Amino acid sequence: MPDAVKVDVELDLKGEMCPYTFVRSKLELEEMEVGQVLRVVVDHRPAVENVPRSMKNEGQKVLEVEKVNATDWAIIIRKEL
Amino acid sequence: MSNNKRFTEEQIKRYSRHIILPQVGGKGQRKLLEAKVLLVGAGGLGSPAAMYLAAAGVGRLGIVDFDRVDLSNLQRQILHGVSDLGRLKTVSAAETLHEINPDVEVVQYQERLSSENVMDIIGGYDMVVDGCDNFPTRYLVNDACVLAGKANVHGSIFLFEGQLSVFLPGKGCYRCLFPEPPPPGAVPSCQEAGVLGVLPGIVGTIQAAEAIKLILGIGTSLNGHLLLFDALDMSFQKVKLRRNPHCAICGDSPTITELIDYEQFCSLAALPRECNTPVGQGGVRA
Repeated sequence: MPDAVKVDVELDLKGEMCPYTFVRSKLELEEMEVGQVLRVVVDHRPAVENVPRSMKNEGQKVLEVEKVNATDWAIIIRKEL
Repeated sequence: MSNNKRFTEEQIKRYSRHIILPQVGGKGQRKLLEAKVLLVGAGGLGSPAAMYLAAAGVGRLGIVDFDRVDLSNLQRQILHGVSDLGRLKTVSAAETLHEINPDVEVVQYQERLSSENVMDIIGGYDMVVDGCDNFPTRYLVNDACVLAGKANVHGSIFLFEGQLSVFLPGKGCYRCLFPEPPPPGAVPSCQEAGVLGVLPGIVGTIQAAEAIKLILGIGTSLNGHLLLFDALDMSFQKVKLRRNPHCAICGDSPTITELIDYEQFCSLAALPRECNTPVGQGGVRA
């Protein structure tokens, strides 16, 4: 993850499945300000594709999807609207 | 700081398919949870309308019905079952709705709507879903909604046909369409009328959809239109409605300034709720 990206809110969704992963991420983002950054950690493999795709569909910016360790992935989203 | 604190985990799961929708989201779901909708009638139209509104998480559902569940209701009134026969419909309805969604507060009004009580009752709600089965109540609800400035989600059925509209304050009403109730002699007797059981299911469900859209402020409502449904043709027809500036209740110079208790038209006093429908003026059987 680039040093320039400042994460405003962290959301640990390990152990959660789709579509709950997206629902929780979306609810979190709704409460944030435009321009703020949300970092979501998931370990449900389909969520690594599904959450970014759904976020893009909603007009949010997916800054990065990174593998954190053997089981976890971090999805970094900037609120655009 | 998280809105997840305002939604319980159970609510997030229950409403997840709403929250996923871009047009709804958490904010829309919260609007639904804060909404108050009054259902007039817990019969054929009120059943699916109430069940879907409860499932959607509408926070408060008021139900007006003084009637008791009869075996002949079960062909279409899906809120009620065999074990409810003889029970008050509001009680049966409240139980069914609670079973669907205990989040919803159901307020029971076990009384006949009249000029005496209608304003007090609708005062506590954002909008009315009219699923009544008789003209006196329909005109009373219409007039009360106009006077109180409430949205009226109208539905009526007869035989195989249904009619729907949404009347918004200042934008027309049922009287703009049909200025007066039909004269009692013009309507067929209770026993002559019939209704396809599934018909109120379709019409009442559309009423629920319109109510939900109004709450969310999304889409285009049926306001300014009359939707005609024919189950035999399986056809929908949407015709434009205009506010009538000469309307007796919502026109520019209203002549009706207080509520009217029309006579129950049905000549069969023993069956006051299941009566008469003139062809061409929507149905009364709900």
